[in-house]
Amino acid sequence: MLKTEQMVLNMGPQHPSTHGVLRLELELEGEIIVNVKPHLGYLHRCFEKHCEAMTYPQIIPYVDRLDYLASMNNEMGYAIAVERLLDIKVPERVEYIRVIMAELQRIASHMVAVGTYGIDIGAFTPFLYLFRDRERILTLFEKTCGARLLYNYIWVGGLSHDLPINFVNETRDFLNDFKKTVIEVNNLLSYNKIFIERTANVGVLNVESAINYGITGPNLRASGLKWDIRRNDPYSIYDRFDFEIPVGEGLHGQVGDCWDRYYLRVQEMIQSIRIVEQALDQLPEGEITSALPKRIKPVEGQLYSRVENPKGELGYFIVSKGQLQPFRVKVRPPSFINLSVLGELCKGHLIADVIAILGSIDIVLGEVDR
Amino acid sequence: MKSTEEIFALLKEKFGDAVLELNTKLPKEAVIEVTPLKVTDICWFLRDNEELQFDNLILLTGLDDDNGEIVKLEDGTTETKGGTLSVVYHLESMKLGHKIVLRTTTGRENPEVETVSKVWACADWHEREAYDMFGIIFLNHPDLRRILMPYDWEAGYPLRKDYKNPEFYHGMKVPY
Amino acid sequence: MGLLDKEFSDDNIVISKVDDLLNWARLSSLWQMSFGLACCAIEMMATSASHYDFDRFGVIPRPSPRQADIIIISGTVTLKMATRIKRLYEQMADPKYIISMGSCSNCGGPYWEHGYHVLKGVDRVIPVDVYVPGCPPRPEALLEGLLTLQEKIRNESLVKKSV
Ligand code: SF4
Repeated sequence: MLKTEQMVLNMGPQHPSTHGVLRLELELEGEIIVNVKPHLGYLHRCFEKHCEAMTYPQIIPYVDRLDYLASMNNEMGYAIAVERLLDIKVPERVEYIRVIMAELQRIASHMVAVGTYGIDIGAFTPFLYLFRDRERILTLFEKTCGARLLYNYIWVGGLSHDLPINFVNETRDFLNDFKKTVIEVNNLLSYNKIFIERTANVGVLNVESAINYGITGPNLRASGLKWDIRRNDPYSIYDRFDFEIPVGEGLHGQVGDCWDRYYLRVQEMIQSIRIVEQALDQLPEGEITSALPKRIKPVEGQLYSRVENPKGELGYFIVSKGQLQPFRVKVRPPSFINLSVLGELCKGHLIADVIAILGSIDIVLGEVDR
Repeated sequence: MKSTEEIFALLKEKFGDAVLELNTKLPKEAVIEVTPLKVTDICWFLRDNEELQFDNLILLTGLDDDNGEIVKLEDGTTETKGGTLSVVYHLESMKLGHKIVLRTTTGRENPEVETVSKVWACADWHEREAYDMFGIIFLNHPDLRRILMPYDWEAGYPLRKDYKNPEFYHGMKVPY
Repeated sequence: MGLLDKEFSDDNIVISKVDDLLNWARLSSLWQMSFGLACCAIEMMATSASHYDFDRFGVIPRPSPRQADIIIISGTVTLKMATRIKRLYEQMADPKYIISMGSCSNCGGPYWEHGYHVLKGVDRVIPVDVYVPGCPPRPEALLEGLLTLQEKIRNESLVKKSV
């Protein structure tokens, strides 16, 4: 048998398909991947150090910048964690607005995931379609709180602003239009023969290793396990809504391949539309802040609290020593943990498949490196 | 589904002195304290026991307990001597639905904890991060390098409470 | 653009200064290196996508530094990344321009105080032409930054200025 020499190929930190500043060291045998070593830290922004120097409310803007595609979800998770530490309840209206914002943000985040995945594989049009609609979500957010990307909107114990006039109707309009876009994207990309050829049966992740690697979120569900924090460890008011948890079915290949992971995000967008519609129907009137002490100063203790982010399970482990600043805040970054399985998935595939696999895991480097 | 007390009793029966105590003083979370050099065995047991089945390591956290003696140095800055570092494990069983928190404490001067990266694959990167940020050495870890900071970072471990940032790194000024 | 907006009837002769012609050519097709760092990169992506359409200013993303005229530093520059950015900058062909997008690459942004691993301003490693403030800057702000850069290029000259 002919033996080729092993070669090491560097991909990144500046590479158009690494979704940011990630460096991959690929060990190759010809064109076959033998091993992948990710090198992280090119965006390490010292989040945890900042937390030790800031007061509890001051941390929220930094929380935004973790997973900058899903700032609302990050804020919601952090606010819930601090509220659990303080033992306070927030008004009904706040809960509903939080859910609406979080689900809209989930749609926006999945739009970027699906759109950029199309670019990775070579389809540019879905990206333009999805970004056109994403602008509308951002406009809704902007009307609400004045920022397009990093909001500082969900505060401990409440919200910074109430909803603007006509928000409900505009959101409904958007959701109705967006349903058509989903069908369009499905026709353009999901059922496209070339796309399926590139993604089906590539990078198959089975449930056992997914759990062992700590994979959560869409990636875990695509492997066939119905596990969603919104159902399995409910927070906020998610138990009041009727929605389904899609799981990977292996329609075009094995369960847990790249196509499954991709398509699961499309299905989740549809479920998020359902949740937002129900929340808009039930939205009560009321206060948008709860009575809080002037200085937020939890008693000594520690707590781990988690929410379901678009990327997976986002958790905050907060240790309080009874001061204005937390003693330690540790994030459980879903992207960081999901990325660690990359080497396992890529083994034995071709170089071109690395891009398909990496894109299907959907990482955000701000969260990987923090 | 088992409560933390029951799991503690099971562990105590199996491992005796290696399992130190059940700490319920803190509100919100009860913590099982274990010794750092028996962590691997305990975690194998927790994962593979039929009644426990902790198949998911949610989070592994390094902690600087900040309980050392603070010494004033000649140049006016301070340094911590002695004291401890901790590692906190949040475990969950996806099948059975129970959760526990383990904690192990080790000396700050020579911090050594056994690795659990063989038990849960995701612990590999978590432990590298704890090493990177706190300098906790995980014994038998397959690849203990820095993960977030540059490989040639020499100024110490950034999340320790007495960390001092260098003035320059590769000729670039670091402070504002 | 002042040069070609007249209609010609017969002979196609345009008289212009070499400076003007070169500058016009340069500023109308600034190819950008597609290179995103952090949150600001998402706004940069939004700028190139459907709504804001960077293409109409001649900005087309190129994946390779060898083909790019302009690099937009969009996000937090860390110490680990700074040396790589310098390398990328050195690989670009002259003339090359830099837009620093967002507070982070201007001055460290929200990470200026406790960011032990953040470079407080990309101008500590490479020269910057235009600074765009904001965290993140709106796409309109980035467009404005690009127009400012075009203005700067328009006023360049091959002749050395006498002091
Ligand atoms: S300036 Fe703000 S938005 Fe831009 S990279 Fe820095 S933190 Fe992110």
